[in-house]
Amino acid sequence: MRRLTRDRLTAILMLSPSLILLAIFVYGFIGQTLYVSLTNWGRDPAQALALQPRLEFVWFENYARLFSGVLESRFRQDLVNLFFFTTFFIAGSLGLGLVFAIALDRDVKGEGFFRTVFLFPFALSFIVTGTVWRWMLQPQGGLNVLPTLVGLPRGDFAWLTSRERIWTFDWRSLPDITAVVIAAVLVLLTVMAWREGRRGRAATLAAAAALLSAWVATGAPGIELLPFPEGRGFNLALVGIIIAAIWQMSGYTMALYLASLRGVPEELRESARIDGGSELQVYRYVVFPLLGPITLSAMIILGHVSLKIFDLIFAMTGPDLATTSVPALLMYIRAFRANQFADGAAIAMVLLLMVATVIIPYLVTSLRGEVRR
Amino acid sequence: MRMKILLAFVLSVGLSVASAQELEIFSWWAGDEGPALDALIELYEAQYPNVVVENATVTGGAGVVARAVLKTRMLGGQPPDSFQVHAGEELIGTWVVANRMEDLTWLFEEEGWLDVFPPDLIDLISTDGGIWSVPVNIHRSNVMWFVPENLEAWGVDVPTTWDEFLEVCSSLQGQGVTPLVVGESWTVQHLWESVALAELGPDAYGQLWTGDLSFTDPSVVATWERFGEVMDCTNDDASGLSWQQATDRVVDGDAAFNVMGDWAAGYMVTTLGLEPGVDMGWAASPGTDGVFMVLSDSFGLPVGAPNRDEAIDWLRVVGSLEGQDAFNPLKGSIAPRLDSDLGRYNAYLQSAAEDFANDRQVGSLVHGTAAKESFMSEFATVMEIFLDTGSAQAAASAAEAVAIQTALGR
Repeated sequence: MRRLTRDRLTAILMLSPSLILLAIFVYGFIGQTLYVSLTNWGRDPAQALALQPRLEFVWFENYARLFSGVLESRFRQDLVNLFFFTTFFIAGSLGLGLVFAIALDRDVKGEGFFRTVFLFPFALSFIVTGTVWRWMLQPQGGLNVLPTLVGLPRGDFAWLTSRERIWTFDWRSLPDITAVVIAAVLVLLTVMAWREGRRGRAATLAAAAALLSAWVATGAPGIELLPFPEGRGFNLALVGIIIAAIWQMSGYTMALYLASLRGVPEELRESARIDGGSELQVYRYVVFPLLGPITLSAMIILGHVSLKIFDLIFAMTGPDLATTSVPALLMYIRAFRANQFADGAAIAMVLLLMVATVIIPYLVTSLRGEVRR
Repeated sequence: MRMKILLAFVLSVGLSVASAQELEIFSWWAGDEGPALDALIELYEAQYPNVVVENATVTGGAGVVARAVLKTRMLGGQPPDSFQVHAGEELIGTWVVANRMEDLTWLFEEEGWLDVFPPDLIDLISTDGGIWSVPVNIHRSNVMWFVPENLEAWGVDVPTTWDEFLEVCSSLQGQGVTPLVVGESWTVQHLWESVALAELGPDAYGQLWTGDLSFTDPSVVATWERFGEVMDCTNDDASGLSWQQATDRVVDGDAAFNVMGDWAAGYMVTTLGLEPGVDMGWAASPGTDGVFMVLSDSFGLPVGAPNRDEAIDWLRVVGSLEGQDAFNPLKGSIAPRLDSDLGRYNAYLQSAAEDFANDRQVGSLVHGTAAKESFMSEFATVMEIFLDTGSAQAAASAAEAVAIQTALGR
């Protein structure tokens, strides 16, 4: 064991307050939430808000009910909503941010002005954004009136109040869909491993993919989520929410991309041009590959913002509109309006798991990178 | 010697802290409703000048946010001295069953309130074990609002049954008018309880909440079917409107009718400056004449209130004739006390007070009177299932499943 030098002692002393606080207020409460999610807290009204509630373990009953209970259809719709929201929100923010950044990077006049304009929404809170966009997306006014300014007929899309749903699928086919997606990823990895010449690894991956495909092909035995078909899909009412969220966050991705673009050495671009590359090719083969790391970082940041989204939707459509609801809203309503604290905790744990699957691989790779340096 | 001076100083500081009495009142009355609460607090401060009142309001969402804050405080063992709570199941099913309230029967006896509050209302705030809160106001849920002049122009009479309404509906739609305007989710549930009361009648409606009538009973399924017909006469941008914006549609002449609690009267009279009975008219929602669907705000005394004596004095003011007549005209509600001075109230409130004294009373679902919070909250999901599928049978089955899961009526 290394000697406890004065330097190390100081370091430990300086770190300990934040370590202790983190241990209690982050990990301690995650543990508490996990414990609550395994109990029946809230089932019995006499215990729900008692000063010293007596709780009984029901283990994973709350989780099982969320994913396959007849009455929990809202939770499942919320999950699907969250999936579509996250996908379009990340894609839209990255795309728009990149376009803004490239435009500004080309030495336009008044760059400072436009940079501030694009970045400004990011300075607002989601509550403000939500309130403003709620007004703009009223069916009778706002965006729908815009076309009349140039003489076109007014729009009639029902933005936040639409009940239309596209890309519907049956919730019961979720295991199949998941398996197919995983199998596709495995096939991709197989091809990559084969190309790298790691035959043994490729064989293992191919076998796993084949096994999954066979399981799906035989009708996915072993899992029955629901006794009856339950249609889920992309609610068009979400479009308005996605637009507002992109409006808020694309300026932020623009700032990230702009910093990254400025980091691309001019010499690299010059040499590409001297080699006869067109401007498009310079971007395609020189600039974009250098934006990879920042794109990953932006995706992680946007991803966890999106998975935890609550305030924007609360401000735009309130807590009860199921077509635009997400699990974070349901968690709040369940715990603090219906007094079903165990259900709320279970939803919170599902959210934590989802955020963790986004964050942990990122942390692992970035930590590894730092050690190597 | 120095020790003694120090000791005296410490003692005097301790004493002065003890003599500055405090009282913390927790509610969600801010904004338009703030002045009414302020009037009540002023009255209290005039009677108990040495008490510093801390007015802890949490705004937003008709109390949704405030109730969440209250629950975390109560669970954390830090109750306010007195808090606002809807009379009925929100009080009994959430707080009384969990042993968090003090019995106030002695206070009711001491103040003679058993004779001045109507017995139906006292039933709402009582269990076999006692009386648990002091009601401060009465609102009516089943009211239909309209502008008499507009109805005349459209050639339409005020419907007294939903059948009559459906006849009027097509005529109004033909003229490009929304027959009935609704707003965001809870206002749709609010409409449902008025339709259900009309279709089932007060007895069967009450049996829903005691568990004596199943939600899958054919008569209840028929209620959902009727509700679907009524919803066909409503605006299709409902979820984007707050209840005030829905009321605005009626006032502006875009819509003919609106079913909303009588806080809408407060909004139209106080905020919009309309003359009750002239610029705007009202009637019991179709098929519910003679029935008063009641919701009532009340204040209770939580177990472990830090300033129990001051809180009891507060409750005395809340229940007093003077307190209720100071609060209610500003709030736009009527006093639960039957001896209140009606001269201080506007034309709408006078008519509501008369109905309250004579009508049959039933509890509101959406506003915490009729059913426990776990059921009430999940009813939003039932409504979504109905709006999503349009199936009365699916909604009825879902409602029954929620009733079983939450042990409604037990």
